[in-house]
Amino acid sequence: MARDFRLPDLGEGLTEAEIVKVLVREGEVIAEDAPLLEVETDKATVEIPSPMSGRVEKIHVEPNQTVKVGQVLVTFADAGAQAGTGTPSGKQAADTLDPTRTLAPEPRTTVQDGRARQAAPAAPAPARPGPVPATPATRRLARELGVDLQAVRATGPGGRVTDDDVLAAAGRVVSAPTTAAPRAVRAEPAAPAAPGKPLATHVTEPPLPNFEQWGTIERQPLSHLRRTIAERMTLSATVIPHVTHFDRADITELDAIIQRNLETAKARGATLTLTAFLLKAAALALGEHPTFNASLDAAAGQLIVKRYVHLGVAVATERGLIVPVLRDVDEKPVLDVARELGALAQRVRDGKATLDDLRGGTFTITNIGALGGTGAVPIINYPEVAILGGTRGPDRAAPAPAAVADLRPPRGRRRRWRALRLRDRPPPRAPRAPAGRLVARW
Amino acid sequence: MGDLVREVDVVVVGGGPGGYSAAFRCAELGLETVVVDAGKRLGGACLFEGCIPSKALLHVAAVLGEAERAKEFGVDFGPARVSLDPLRKWKSERVIGKLARGLASVAKAKGVEVVGGRGVFEDARTVRVEGDEPQALKFRHAIVATGSVPARLRGIEASDRVMDSTAALEVPEIPERLLVVGGGYIGLELGQVYAALGSAVTLVEMTDGLLPGADRDLVQWVARRVEKQFAAVRLNARLETLRETSGGVEATIGGAAATFDRVLVAVGRRPLTEGIGLETTRVKADARGFVEIDARCATAEPRIFAVGDATGEPMLAHRAMRQGKVAAEAIAGRPAAFDNAVVPAVVFTDPEIAWCGLTETQTATEGRAVRVAKFQWAASGRAATLGRSDGVTKLIVDPESGRLLGAGIAGPGAGELIAEAALAVEAALLAEDLALTIHTHPTLSETLMEAAETLLRG
Repeated sequence: MARDFRLPDLGEGLTEAEIVKVLVREGEVIAEDAPLLEVETDKATVEIPSPMSGRVEKIHVEPNQTVKVGQVLVTFADAGAQAGTGTPSGKQAADTLDPTRTLAPEPRTTVQDGRARQAAPAAPAPARPGPVPATPATRRLARELGVDLQAVRATGPGGRVTDDDVLAAAGRVVSAPTTAAPRAVRAEPAAPAAPGKPLATHVTEPPLPNFEQWGTIERQPLSHLRRTIAERMTLSATVIPHVTHFDRADITELDAIIQRNLETAKARGATLTLTAFLLKAAALALGEHPTFNASLDAAAGQLIVKRYVHLGVAVATERGLIVPVLRDVDEKPVLDVARELGALAQRVRDGKATLDDLRGGTFTITNIGALGGTGAVPIINYPEVAILGGTRGPDRAAPAPAAVADLRPPRGRRRRWRALRLRDRPPPRAPRAPAGRLVARW
Repeated sequence: MGDLVREVDVVVVGGGPGGYSAAFRCAELGLETVVVDAGKRLGGACLFEGCIPSKALLHVAAVLGEAERAKEFGVDFGPARVSLDPLRKWKSERVIGKLARGLASVAKAKGVEVVGGRGVFEDARTVRVEGDEPQALKFRHAIVATGSVPARLRGIEASDRVMDSTAALEVPEIPERLLVVGGGYIGLELGQVYAALGSAVTLVEMTDGLLPGADRDLVQWVARRVEKQFAAVRLNARLETLRETSGGVEATIGGAAATFDRVLVAVGRRPLTEGIGLETTRVKADARGFVEIDARCATAEPRIFAVGDATGEPMLAHRAMRQGKVAAEAIAGRPAAFDNAVVPAVVFTDPEIAWCGLTETQTATEGRAVRVAKFQWAASGRAATLGRSDGVTKLIVDPESGRLLGAGIAGPGAGELIAEAALAVEAALLAEDLALTIHTHPTLSETLMEAAETLLRG
């Protein structure tokens, strides 16, 4: 019986995705949860694991094709024996085939690995009808850990699967080498985060303790966007040696310029903001120090310097942090930068950003001045080599540096106070390419 | 349409046990939830025309029965006099009203809004509310919890005298002669209520036994009781015609005509899934009208879930309630699944019949080898003190592992006793676990322990 696999509901209001890579070939027999396709949405690139085991009968899509939710991607021949997994029982089949969960199915491959390893005589007799004997709480634990109870070796009385059995099955997963992709596992053995595949962070984290021993916990699923953020931040923070440099800039005059020209700019459809100026300033500085406008090709041992300046701007949304890209900032007047920045940020907040809005950045700016705090250390947006973070200036009653002191505003006029504040200008954080000395100079 | 369009996270269509359980759980999980209910109230058929009013009436019947039995040990209250007005008032105000107000206040506390009207799907994103509060609700997810309604007999129209279970629960009068069509749980429960109130009850059942599907060794206890209680129990008999006459309703059963004052048609329930716009979505229903769902209670339309009677047998409120929670958690992105091994069933007759998990009837059909242990209540101390030795406790066990696969209980209080067995089966306990657990003495719960012990001897 052939079975169609359709593009699942991607959540976040997304209706379509672009196929990046097809990771299987027609005729190939694959295991459930093996990587099937890589798709890119305007929010993230996601690997779609196979929802079932079986032979790939037909692939209906090709790279760069845009597909809609519900569109058939791959047709499978009958699931089962060939992949050595057996036909899933009715309940599970329904479960697995459900389109809404396939983006993040439970990491069952792993369990299959476990089962392969444990082809021991003590394995439960699969012929026995009915549900797998386990307490309801144990079954919920298994679901949360993405463990297929049918595949768990039962050690309890009367063939009952215990919590420990489930935890052992989940743990085995992590220590087992992953077959499909060299995708290491973030979540700890005993309790991977939420259902869904482990984060592809290229690092193996030590196991977490059982937090429930100290109180009630709640496991929350990660949205696709949050996953992507977690994976990319972990990648950046582990792969790129970060160097941080702090400096301060007196923006009193700049702020005055902004205030003076607010109305004029508005008349021309632009909202002047400090971020717009920060972008422009960074673009000019990058022109003088092009090694910050680069990516490191570690494999080739080369620095790839870009002759264009496309700046990413971190935009906080309810769904998470998104970094849209402004093109050729070095060549545009500030007014244009401000106008484009406003429109771009709005598209992102509305969830209407296109893929092109989010790709091709050479350097990133994050301005958290509005959030407060006295400083922040941003993480470089891989594969860029540097990032510039703007934070709010000193907001202190204590004596400030001389240059600052006379800038303190009169009391009670909050707007003015903010406008006059000095702005710390931390990083560029520069890693592997330019040396720390250069950072300071930049 | 000019309707007001509102956007909410979850629209629950139907305010019965499945619907309100789902709505409450959705709200707990932070989802903005609106329940659309024709009566603008929570409780559904269960509270207003099913489980609750029937149990209230059965309690009345039980009190009458106990008073009658008391004569055995020398207590005579004299002939009982039943006044219907206070009875109906107690049922509707002290029982239903109280519980309905409770549900309404829970909804308020949890922030669940109840909209009055009929919910009809316009497409896979929108429910149109027809009736008192017309509006369009755009949803991220919807839960179909429309429940079921009493099934009708072909060619037989309802009237004042020809009642369905909903009408019978109103107790419009105590008919002298009542014909009950259908020997399932509804016919038996209501038949016993009316018999206790004083009606001469004739029961007609098409098949060769009462409570089709239930194990015969359990059914026999209630069969014996109704044989005494009812005017007549006619098995393998078919109701051919019903005709209202000046003197009542004339029924032809197996070629013979007889006249009754009222007729209760209790031939089951059917899902209420037509006329609610499901055809505008990808939701699929089977030939009987049950919405097809997966383990997460999701339908073929990814945004729409379904729970309760609308989704299939057994049509029981507690199944719906569990499904409601599963659907809510699945919508909230949790790894929920309706993976329950047992949905216990109780027939609240006198004596009660209850079972959970595998039945002997099923094992026979499937040809599955099991060990069965029975403990007759004649040997129970507690049953003797209650003057009720009419019962049995039965365990069905896997012969290899000794694991409990099912249980069946007949006898007064079986509906409460089955809970322990349900937990044991659900948790995959061994008969040994029951046998080694201390059960309070003298109680009827000991019968579970005793039955388990018979499996360990030798």
